[in-house]
Amino acid sequence: MNLIAKPSKENIKTYVPIGLFLVSLSFLDVFINAFFNFNLMGFLPSQLSYFLPLMLGFIGFYLIRIEFSGVRSLDVLNKNINSNNFNALLTLFTIFIIIKSIPPMLDWFILEANFVGNSKDDCTGDGACWVFIKVWFNRFMYGLYPDAEQWRINTAFLILFAVVGVSFFVAEKLKKYFILFLVFVFPFLGIKLISGGSFGLEYVESAAWGGLSLTFIISAFAILFCFPIGVVLALGRRSSLPAIKYISIGFIELWRGVPLITVLFMSAVMFPMFLPDGTFIDKLIRVLIAITLFEAAYMAEVVRGGLQALPKGQYEAAKSLGMGYWRMNALIILPQALKLVIPGIANTLLALVKDTPLIFVVGLMELAGMIGLAKTNPKWLGMAMEGYVFAGLVFWVICYAMSRYSQNLEKKLSTER
Amino acid sequence: MIFKKFNIENKKARDLIPQAITVLALLSVIIYFATNAQINMGNRGISFGFGFLNQEASFDITFSMIEYDGSHSYGRAFLVGLLNTILVSVIGIFFATIIGVVVGVSRLSDNYLIAKVAEWYVEIFRNIPLILQIFFWYFAALRALPLPENGISFNDISFLTIKGWYVPKFIWTNFNIFLLSVIAAFIAIYFINSYATKQREQFGKQLPSTSISLVTLILIPLITFLFLGVSLTFEYPVLKQLSSTVYTYEGGVSIIPELIALALALSMYTATFIAENVRAGILGVGKGQKEAAASIGLNKNQILKLVVMPQALRIIIPPTTNQYLNLTKNSSLAAAIAYPDIVLVFAGTALMQTGRAIEIISITMLTYLTLSISISMFMNWYNKKMAIKEK
Repeated sequence: MNLIAKPSKENIKTYVPIGLFLVSLSFLDVFINAFFNFNLMGFLPSQLSYFLPLMLGFIGFYLIRIEFSGVRSLDVLNKNINSNNFNALLTLFTIFIIIKSIPPMLDWFILEANFVGNSKDDCTGDGACWVFIKVWFNRFMYGLYPDAEQWRINTAFLILFAVVGVSFFVAEKLKKYFILFLVFVFPFLGIKLISGGSFGLEYVESAAWGGLSLTFIISAFAILFCFPIGVVLALGRRSSLPAIKYISIGFIELWRGVPLITVLFMSAVMFPMFLPDGTFIDKLIRVLIAITLFEAAYMAEVVRGGLQALPKGQYEAAKSLGMGYWRMNALIILPQALKLVIPGIANTLLALVKDTPLIFVVGLMELAGMIGLAKTNPKWLGMAMEGYVFAGLVFWVICYAMSRYSQNLEKKLSTER
Repeated sequence: MIFKKFNIENKKARDLIPQAITVLALLSVIIYFATNAQINMGNRGISFGFGFLNQEASFDITFSMIEYDGSHSYGRAFLVGLLNTILVSVIGIFFATIIGVVVGVSRLSDNYLIAKVAEWYVEIFRNIPLILQIFFWYFAALRALPLPENGISFNDISFLTIKGWYVPKFIWTNFNIFLLSVIAAFIAIYFINSYATKQREQFGKQLPSTSISLVTLILIPLITFLFLGVSLTFEYPVLKQLSSTVYTYEGGVSIIPELIALALALSMYTATFIAENVRAGILGVGKGQKEAAASIGLNKNQILKLVVMPQALRIIIPPTTNQYLNLTKNSSLAAAIAYPDIVLVFAGTALMQTGRAIEIISITMLTYLTLSISISMFMNWYNKKMAIKEK
């Protein structure tokens, strides 16, 4: 009946080599076309040569699709990328697009890009002008912070990393002192070191802070403050006292219902109206308060999820031991509830880090803001692509690392119930 | 007895004191702020009030869906901004849903490559701040488009240029009749479907309700075109030379690059979260459900339509609602690239001109609160409708 026998175990010896040949031919054609700009099938009519790789690959995949062939690698291949005609087409499209997109990407990022020099005129190639990043790197990291004083930011972050690093290796007993230092002493020490004004350190106003270090400073402080506030709000929302409950609900829903950008606008233009005439609160502090309260509302909802998921028996057991409200929450409820919602907490913190670039609305410039400043510099016009690709990469690395870390933490802390 | 009574009162007092302290503290903060605000506004010679909404705005807005120019009032400007916010949110939600569902389903594909590509899409676009993505599309990608004179042409009907995307304009005659016919078609489809459900449940008859609905949807509006005088013509954008070097397109509708960048970034970013919801929803339907459905003789499409999707949707909808809300709120980032949304028009330009910080910021925040609450109420209603009705 059939003109050609269906591929099966009997004709595996003839079909698989032909199929593999056709598939590799189709990939080779696209590859040579993409990398060397030479059309292998150019002798054919233009429309046919355009679709030929697809047809060849499709026929090839059809020929090698043999169930239970007994050849392990062939079975794995078929199962994963070639289980039916539709999947074979999807696979071909995906691979073709990947092959096609590699050369232009490679050209732009590396081959045609410029790495040496220190002005825009040194960028002669068609690719990216990484000179831009190189020249502005210092500004992207430290903002307008004076060059001579940048060691202070470095020292602050070095101390942070050193303390965190050491705390991994010290005995369990000493660990809590390290954590207490990190939470209660270091933030104020660090901020004093960076802002200066005493101990013979020159005062650097917060308007000059910027770049990636500002992203870290804001994220760190907001995380530090929003966590306890969020926990208190979550407990408040679950409280049996109506006044506290409804105030908490109102507070949480108010912040969650509005975008952060309007909250920042509020802190910039509306908040000063609420203070006595002549009082001035630093822009950075106002922004920090705004971000902290905003994220605390989200944190509260995450923590509430954990509190609700905890079985009632835990509360009753704690009460039957004669514990009061605060002791019950601090020793029994919160440790368990917080562990349950680690992914949610991590997501909120991640959102916080991703929200920091929004401080541009009040005129503070972290990494994205500094790039906006650099690309409008008359000597460096037209560098938007390089700048935003760089910023995107930096943020991506930070956020991806954070999400990976939280996944590990979740696995490590998960206990069977 | 006395002790017991004393104890109850003590408990009451114990409950009352912290509440009283909280309320008093909150009230004193509010009063403190209010008096300060009053003094400050008195010093600047402005009084609290919303009368300014009727004053002439005297600034222009680059993109407006309703008639607006500088002679209109601040209230009208607010409405323009609000409509622009809603427009970009609706476009964003539409595309985010499509991309999100496609990516979410792809992540579960048995094709290894497709699953991996979808996974990396999620990992890449979720971990880059939205504002950076907006900047990237607006300042980097869309700025690389050609000038109007050599715009990318789609069959000479529509043109993509650095100044925006020019698409044909629909010119209707008797649009109302057409609209009514579409509504009539939907009502007819509703009755066809309920009749089909009844037939299936009572007599076990399978009616091809999907194809009948489709035919109805096409046929009824088509009749209006043929017999009731409805017609549709297109006005195509045409390239026009303004001076020796400046070209522009005339006619058609121009979609400004700010809107394109914002809609692209919002939908691609939000799609990653929706994709994760969709994946979790489909994974959340137990394998036994599918096997049970198969064992009572349902075919693959019926299993998907009648067994998997209703259960998966129940898991997918609540978190996806949250994402729609987030998208709407994130559309306020428009201010960063000067898309005239409510934040830029009202909390930006109007605030600068009037100096009425308290009123304007309050109105803006209230608007977003209302939008958020109305979307979440609608979704709660839908959720309730979809929830398992246990008997």
